[in-house]
Amino acid sequence: MLRAEDVTVRFGESAALAGVTLEVARDEVVAVLGASGSGKSTLLRVIAGLQRPDSGRVLLDDEDLAPVPPHRRGVGLVFQEHVLFHHMDVAGNVAFGLRMHGAAGQEIDRRVHELLELVGLHGLERRSVATLSGGEQQRVALARALAPEPRVLLLDEPLGSLDRPLRERLLEDLEALFRELRVTALFVTHDQAEAFALGDRVAVMREGQVVQVGTPDELWAHPADTDVARFLGLANVRDDTVIRPEAVTVRHIGAGDAGDGVVESLVRHGPTVRLTVRLDDGSELDAAVTSLEHPAPGERVFVEIDPAGIVRV
Amino acid sequence: MGSDPSRSWRTATYAVPLAFLALFFAYPLLSILERGLRADGSVASPLDVLTDPLTRDVVWFTFWQALASTALTFAVGLPAAYVLGRFAFRGRSLVRALVVVPFVLPTVVVALAFLAVLPAGLERGWIAILIAHAFFNVAVVVLVVSTFWASLDRRMSEVAATLGAAPARNFREITLPLLAPSLAAAGSIVFLFSFTSFGIVLILGGPAYSTIEAEIYNRAVRIFDLRAAAILSVVQLICVGVAVWITLKLEAVAAVGAGPRSERDVLRKPCTPRERGLVGGSLGLLALFLGVPLAVLVERSIAVGDGYGLDAYRALARPTSALLATPWEAVWNSLLYAAAATVIAVVIGGLAAFAVANSSGQPRALDVLLMLPLGASAVMLGFGFVIAFDRAPIDFRAAPWIVPVVQALVALPFVVRIVAPTLRAIDQRQREAAAMLGASPGRVRREIDLPIVGRALAVAAGFAFAISLGEFGATVFLARPDTPTLPVAIFRFLGRPGEINAAQAYALAVVLMALTATSIFAVGRLRVRCGWV
Repeated sequence: MLRAEDVTVRFGESAALAGVTLEVARDEVVAVLGASGSGKSTLLRVIAGLQRPDSGRVLLDDEDLAPVPPHRRGVGLVFQEHVLFHHMDVAGNVAFGLRMHGAAGQEIDRRVHELLELVGLHGLERRSVATLSGGEQQRVALARALAPEPRVLLLDEPLGSLDRPLRERLLEDLEALFRELRVTALFVTHDQAEAFALGDRVAVMREGQVVQVGTPDELWAHPADTDVARFLGLANVRDDTVIRPEAVTVRHIGAGDAGDGVVESLVRHGPTVRLTVRLDDGSELDAAVTSLEHPAPGERVFVEIDPAGIVRV
Repeated sequence: MGSDPSRSWRTATYAVPLAFLALFFAYPLLSILERGLRADGSVASPLDVLTDPLTRDVVWFTFWQALASTALTFAVGLPAAYVLGRFAFRGRSLVRALVVVPFVLPTVVVALAFLAVLPAGLERGWIAILIAHAFFNVAVVVLVVSTFWASLDRRMSEVAATLGAAPARNFREITLPLLAPSLAAAGSIVFLFSFTSFGIVLILGGPAYSTIEAEIYNRAVRIFDLRAAAILSVVQLICVGVAVWITLKLEAVAAVGAGPRSERDVLRKPCTPRERGLVGGSLGLLALFLGVPLAVLVERSIAVGDGYGLDAYRALARPTSALLATPWEAVWNSLLYAAAATVIAVVIGGLAAFAVANSSGQPRALDVLLMLPLGASAVMLGFGFVIAFDRAPIDFRAAPWIVPVVQALVALPFVVRIVAPTLRAIDQRQREAAAMLGASPGRVRREIDLPIVGRALAVAAGFAFAISLGEFGATVFLARPDTPTLPVAIFRFLGRPGEINAAQAYALAVVLMALTATSIFAVGRLRVRCGWV
């Protein structure tokens, strides 16, 4: 449905996008995952029509968007910092796109009401946007973008400026919303957990190029290269081999046993614990183990690796 | 505790400026009021002057020309404000520096430039007045609006576009409302300056067009109807008060809190040919509008018959029928007066700035009081001096320092406005650190405050000097015939028929322009931001 073909954007000498090709199917949510400076925001700006590509093209429903100005593209956009219209109240922000599309007064009121209900801001119609919390502002920004029923919704780090508990709640809400409304969306993030939670497919970007596209499972099973593997949080990368942390078992040693290494550090990740073990050959190995019972830092341990958890890239 | 040096210093920062304002501002104003309510030695109703159709015409003209001047100034300045507020390009800061030049030029010079450049028939009348006001005030619109524009988040318009707003609608519904505070601020300043404009109206208005300000001068000096002049002064004061009140309300309504962005995030290079054309075109037109009148002014000062020469400048050294002194003596008088006025303004204004900066928390009554001379207008001050100090104990005719005093009064608000923000910005912890190291309060002021505020004082001195050099409205009342200042001499030359008198007026205007520009640019190199431009 949405297709970017060989899109290149240069800023002076450097290329922000170097021949990016990416497709989003109808009702599909694609997450673009990349570090800052990887060109992912530029890709959104090109699709929205806010940045002219130096070469390549963008197709929406097989129509070349090159001659279409931003206000006729029917593409919704949500920025990280909300960018709400401060001279309008909450309802005014949500109604803006409807008014631009010539909706009638009653229809506007109905839709605004409906959308605010949808994003959980029912009753805040007349509030000044400056009085809202960060999470509420982001919900307004989302409702505003959804109001004119865009053909594609673009989200640029939509949760990036929120603190963690809020982010996790909004992440769940977004997931439910996308499923319920069957939106076609492209959203960029630097957070692997966000990308995997929301994206039907994930495109990994690096230095202006898409290095891998696939479902979260595919990416997790077969990272394209060691850099992608590291970016996905697969810590145990040796040459061209990746050992999944969850395939590593760490056991207490019995009396007189030599063991394989020493637990160096321990980080809790919700239900699992990430142990870093310093092996006797000097290398490090990360293990994801259950938080119920595990060795303590400083303890000598046995290490076992499940062969199914070894991936060659 | 009269011996406590810190205490007596604080008292001085209040007492000296207050005494100065009481004697040279409040007393003349009260004298005007008293004169307006008295006819033939008894209290008389001012109704006859107020209901005079002539008065009504003057008040009406003052209002509509100020409104129209403001509109024209926006029309001329907004394209440049847009370009400077949205695009980064080489020479951007130079453009912003140059655009200030017309604003600091004496009004007499501006009036002469348009007398020189406008075609015969247009050079006097309301059209000339509007154009000259736009020339004079365009810097306010360009600087105030472009600075604000450069802090507006570009993505506001981008989001609006993705929501379906076409460019024109986007501008109307997003950009314009967000710009509103700066538009209100710039508009109110331009309106007030146009409303109280004197030199431009007096010279370009001809006999048919007169603002309240010019009419005060006419009644007082030409018709010698001091009572009518006094009543008009009160009308002027009330009008300005109402205008200030309305604009303050407007600004409060217009202010919306969108998080400002830094210029670096907002400005970008013009990339399409259309954008480059926009930048070049609007700045080129502005350069023509500002440059051509000044160029023609210089050209006219060296025009001799069909060729060019310095005859008009040479004639400046010779006695003339227009003045009781040679024109060069007028230049010398101006420099002396301006120097004296600068000393007074910097001393009084500096003390007042200390007081204003220390009066945090309380409603800043002193701050407001110090701004009043700005609204009361120079003509009213000059006129007030005439009727307040025309007899013992202060007879202005015998006091050569009365001219610097009134010029200092006009410059005072600017000095306070430049110095006080710098003083306020000094980190209190620096003073505390100095005190912990054993510095007495007086020593702290000398070692911490003074060096920091020194540059601001230098800039303020440059402004005060330039303002005093070009001061016309008050000085024209007070300068003695045998010691005219430059603007007064120019005005006298204009009142005389003949080529050579006109040429000398142009030559003197060029000299005045050069002196003003020199004093402004000398301090401009110090690069201190002043709060109001």
